[in-house]
Amino acid sequence: MKRAILFAVLFIFMFSFAFSKTTITYWQYFYKTKQDTINQLIKEFEKENPDIEVKHVTFPYENYNQKVAASLPAGVGPDVINLFYGWLPMYIESGYLMELPKDTFNKDYFDNNFYPFVEKSVQYEGKYYAVPTAVRSLALFYNKKILKEIGLEQPPKNLNEVIEVAKKLSKYDKRGNLIRAGFTMQPSGQHHHWLREVLVRQFGGVPYTSDNKTVLYDKTGAKSEVLQWYVDRIVKDNVGFPNFLNDDVTAFQSNMAAMTIDGSFRLGTLDANRNLDYGVVELPEYNGIKSNFASFWAHGITTNAKGEKLDASVKFLEFITSPKAMELWLKNTGELPANPEVALKYYDDPKYGPFLKGLEYAHATFFADEKAQRELMMNAIDEVYLKDVSAEDAWKKAADTEQKILDEFWNK
Amino acid sequence: MKKGSLERKYTITAYTFLFVPIIFFLVVRFLPMIFSLAMSFTDWNLLSKDINFIGFENFAKIFSDEVFLKSLWNTIKYVIFGVPLVIFLSLIIAVMLNRIRKFQWLFRLLYVMPYITPLVAVSWVWRWFYQPPPMGVFNSILLNLNLSTQQFLGSTEQALFCIVITTVWVQLGYCIVIFLAGLQTIPLEYIEAARIDGASRRQITWKIVVPLLKPITLFLVVMQSISFLRIFTQVYNMSVQGSGGPLNSTKPLVLYIYEKAFVNFDMGLASSASLILFALIMFITFIQMKFLNEKS
Repeated sequence: MKRAILFAVLFIFMFSFAFSKTTITYWQYFYKTKQDTINQLIKEFEKENPDIEVKHVTFPYENYNQKVAASLPAGVGPDVINLFYGWLPMYIESGYLMELPKDTFNKDYFDNNFYPFVEKSVQYEGKYYAVPTAVRSLALFYNKKILKEIGLEQPPKNLNEVIEVAKKLSKYDKRGNLIRAGFTMQPSGQHHHWLREVLVRQFGGVPYTSDNKTVLYDKTGAKSEVLQWYVDRIVKDNVGFPNFLNDDVTAFQSNMAAMTIDGSFRLGTLDANRNLDYGVVELPEYNGIKSNFASFWAHGITTNAKGEKLDASVKFLEFITSPKAMELWLKNTGELPANPEVALKYYDDPKYGPFLKGLEYAHATFFADEKAQRELMMNAIDEVYLKDVSAEDAWKKAADTEQKILDEFWNK
Repeated sequence: MKKGSLERKYTITAYTFLFVPIIFFLVVRFLPMIFSLAMSFTDWNLLSKDINFIGFENFAKIFSDEVFLKSLWNTIKYVIFGVPLVIFLSLIIAVMLNRIRKFQWLFRLLYVMPYITPLVAVSWVWRWFYQPPPMGVFNSILLNLNLSTQQFLGSTEQALFCIVITTVWVQLGYCIVIFLAGLQTIPLEYIEAARIDGASRRQITWKIVVPLLKPITLFLVVMQSISFLRIFTQVYNMSVQGSGGPLNSTKPLVLYIYEKAFVNFDMGLASSASLILFALIMFITFIQMKFLNEKS
């Protein structure tokens, strides 16, 4: 009996060795449609590559970085990992990500297959570290019903005209309190991006030097006038103010805001709301300048992946960033394809179109510390709006603080 | 059997039972504390692989950080405004509750309710109360009374007090229950004797009841101070994106530590800040114990 069991064990052991599969682990944060899409892709991938098995693990977004930080140094983490492009420098500096094999992932590869901002944002000191499946950009969302009140089918294309329309559509109670926003003013939402990458450029400035090492928005273009312009819309025009109805998304969803700036990732949420009839157009231009902010989640290979696992990981990475995967991703999650050729089909789509067109002139900010850089923009607005600090001082303070963050990062 | 050996047996049994919690306490509480003490002198970053000893550099960095000083001051403000308010209100309510006989249970239940409600839920409901018009409940009331609306959580001056009020509302239930228990231990003879001697109701309350409640008051002051020093959940849920804003005006030390540790992954710095909070709690508790004990 004993001997039989021993043989059986030995046999299974030998058998599994002879037919062993390479198992790699993929990590992303939990989001139902994304999880399902990746599961579907893994199935197809495993069919094409019977010798590779992909384990898919998800975590709540809130403690994603902690999980990664706790596992990777211990060598038990993922081989392929999904991460926000803004975290790349931090991950690379920490030695968690591996440079992608140059024979596949080089400048030509990115130039030929992706929107222009991608190539710049996935590289760090001349090396490439990640590949996206989908990208996101901003657009102007408008409430069709509210715009019709003044006989408009669509908001105008110019920023000043948009604000004029917003003024007409704002509603106030007897005491002058805003009860319906013409235009949401929510720095904690997407507006800090809009300010940094869109308004600064439209006012003739440049936010940063091309090497991302120096802050320029306080030295180029209209400088602090950008901030003044922004706060004036809150204080002078009172078309909206921060945290009106808690936040911009709530206000727009409940038909209490005529227009709002938001990302392509919001389409799914808004489509699910039956009481909302909305449309999307490209961000308003100003001074004849168009700009947009793009961001994305990308997949990288960790330093855990070695030998066979590395080869399998590269294959898997190529698979989940292939045009086929992008199509599926768009269908399931509503996120935009990172490959312009795949996107081409959707340029006339009333919802995706404006975002895709925006991608062509979009910029992705380099973040050394995403949260701190977001907060300093929010604080600059709060200081002028709540504390009556001059726009010049607040803007300079924001720039100085951001410069310090960048210096600290680059001098590490 | 000797008397002593039985006693010894009892003692051994007691120690055996205490052994498990002691081990638990050592491993779960004490070791991390020591670890954190050691870490506060290093540049440990959760995302980096090497740890270096850097002496007091973290502390120097912390004390030159505007945001840290602001959150330190905010934390002290929470204690200064919150603790007296909650102690005073709960004492008055407890004394009044002690006088009524009918429906005392109902009132007690009502006051305890906020305390047993999850703090996150409480915070979000209050956040909604404080919203600007047309959504906020308080502002709707102000509007109906023809008063001017307030920014509440959106104002750098008012936000901290708004959070203090919410916290006081939550902590009241706990303090009232403890005070009531204390009130019921005061021998009726004392009060009757005072009444016979012609003491007024107010005199009885302030000259007899309140002094006799001193040990309980001390306990509550210490406990409440510690809870206000450790304030976090309310601020995290009541400020935009859990940032302790606007402009850091509500950010307490614990939130600062949390951000340093789990957003920036700067564990060394976060440990140093924790150490400072620890010292602050020790110091305040010590002062209170000494001060309030001496008086009695």
